[in-house]
Amino acid sequence: MVRSLADHLVIVPILLPLVVGAAMLLFDERRRRLKMTLSLATVTALLVIAVTLLIRAATIDTDGDATVIVYPLGNWPAPFGIVLVVDRLSALMLVLTSVLGLSSLLYALARWHKAGPRFHTLFLLLLTGLNGAFLTGDLFNLFVFFEVLLAASYGLVLHGSGTARVKAGLHYIPVNLVASSLFLIGVAIIYGVTGTLNMADLARLVPSLNIDERALFETGAAILGIAFLIKAGMWPLCFWLPTTYAAACAPIAAMFAIMTKVGIYVILRLFLLCFGGEAGNSAGFGADWLFFGGMATIAFGGIGVLASQSMLRLAGYSVLVSSGTILAAIGTTNSAVISGALFYLITSTLSISAFFLLIELIERGRDAGADVLAVTMEAYGDGESDEEEDDDEGEVGVAIPATIALLGGAFVACTALLAGLPPLSGFVGKVAMLSALINEAGSISIANWVLITLLMFTGFATLIAMTRTGIRTLWMPGEGAIPRVRAVEAAPVGALLALCMLLTVFGGPAMRYMDATAQMLYWPQEYARDILGIAPAGTVPLRPTTGTGGKP
Amino acid sequence: MEIVLAIGIGVFAGSGVWLLLRPRTYQVIIGLSLISYAVNLFIFSMGRLKVGAPPILPGPGVGDPATMADPTPQALVLTAIVIGFAMTALFLVLLLAARGLTGTDHVNGRED
Repeated sequence: MVRSLADHLVIVPILLPLVVGAAMLLFDERRRRLKMTLSLATVTALLVIAVTLLIRAATIDTDGDATVIVYPLGNWPAPFGIVLVVDRLSALMLVLTSVLGLSSLLYALARWHKAGPRFHTLFLLLLTGLNGAFLTGDLFNLFVFFEVLLAASYGLVLHGSGTARVKAGLHYIPVNLVASSLFLIGVAIIYGVTGTLNMADLARLVPSLNIDERALFETGAAILGIAFLIKAGMWPLCFWLPTTYAAACAPIAAMFAIMTKVGIYVILRLFLLCFGGEAGNSAGFGADWLFFGGMATIAFGGIGVLASQSMLRLAGYSVLVSSGTILAAIGTTNSAVISGALFYLITSTLSISAFFLLIELIERGRDAGADVLAVTMEAYGDGESDEEEDDDEGEVGVAIPATIALLGGAFVACTALLAGLPPLSGFVGKVAMLSALINEAGSISIANWVLITLLMFTGFATLIAMTRTGIRTLWMPGEGAIPRVRAVEAAPVGALLALCMLLTVFGGPAMRYMDATAQMLYWPQEYARDILGIAPAGTVPLRPTTGTGGKP
Repeated sequence: MEIVLAIGIGVFAGSGVWLLLRPRTYQVIIGLSLISYAVNLFIFSMGRLKVGAPPILPGPGVGDPATMADPTPQALVLTAIVIGFAMTALFLVLLLAARGLTGTDHVNGRED
């Protein structure tokens, strides 16, 4: 089997940003135009590659299975060498990463990339880490890519400098360093018990562990789980998150919308691979923790959304609500709920990212105290609301007359998406999850009712909070100057929201893709068989690719 | 030998966690370093402890796994050491920046 050039496409999402990012270090900071062009071209190429991989992963293979593209690095067979794997889920996450990457980069090119040194290199390294984490099929390799993306994110959180960012970084960095230590401990225990780091090989070995080994393995998996839950922001491991996201500059916060999703992606993958339906006695280990922890996160996020005084913190708590919803959905171990959650994952990431970008546009030309006023005025009556202020000196002449209307429209779209209101895709994702929860075989358990109630409650809480801030910021006459918005800044917000609209219009095909993805995650032998059966170029397969059962 | 290593890891991790919970940034960074030592030793021990066994095959042909140490954890430890070192250096820079900007070495950026 000689590998064609198309097979090498799998490693390009890692190599390309790494090489370009490193090469950019050689150029002087003043050559901005060159750096802009290079990184824009790289990120566009990444998007094209990710879409190509998605199309390949979505087509059915010649043998009737779903396509799993396996790329053995160093050409060693799977359990011994490190493999990169593209299946439906990882291809989907790659596309999501590059979409967010492109929109955030475009936004940053308007002004933010000048705010500090080496923005483009750090940004591309962040993409390298994200793509690598989504592609790898090996636990330790996952750790390495996690560190790459975290190291880049440490730099990006501090981008633009300032006391608030340094203070937030002082919490964000130690929390993640401790999480990385836990990650290593978990990986080491799992290696000590099973002797393998390959995820597919782990899935194969889990059912055959004896009682002592199983106890140790589950301990390792639990420690590993805590490391990912810190990244995903599950309550009570999430207190660093809203502060950090609020402190980061807008395009970076928009990019960070996918960082919590990396934790969720790994949990989704490893949990269903190691403790899914075929794990023997270990099946469902930790599901309750995910379910109830997820619900606690939704509740905490919902209360936080209501209590937030600034829009940035509101967006930070929306990240928590979105994480909690997906974690609780994974905890149900019901493939229909998980497929709904996948759809929700995509739309919520896109809309939160758009919201972070939008906030900065709206907040230009406003005084910082207005946010606090929005909440306190609500509580103490609006006695001073008709007080006129004329401080629109400067900055007016250039403004587009329709700016406020455009921003308002985008704000309404974000509200509908985040709260899960009917016309947009946030609603489709929520309905998919709710209907799967309600249609579960037999009577609906009390726990599921609580989850349904919580989902409704947070939707409502988000709606209230967003409406309140929306009225206070967009409908207040004479409050500050009209923000100056450049087309290159408005375009990414519009594009992200348009993608959400497209997801609504093509909800059918998208849901079918998610269903197939969830099915594949839920019955992972096909994935494991494809990975372990892959032969290095020019040799015979190590293990027979046929046999060992299909879908039950 | 196992008990010595286990106590060593325990002391490192325990002191590290204690220091991590202290309010000064310098204590936090030393705590993080101690934790990473503990973690590195732990990864190393997961390849089982063997004295005087090389992590390579002695010669051509199929070797006897009983006479060699597991090379994988040693490779993992090397990677973890490098990454941990880089992260400590990065955090050190931030620590100095925070000291300069806020005028205090408290982790919250203000004394209380």
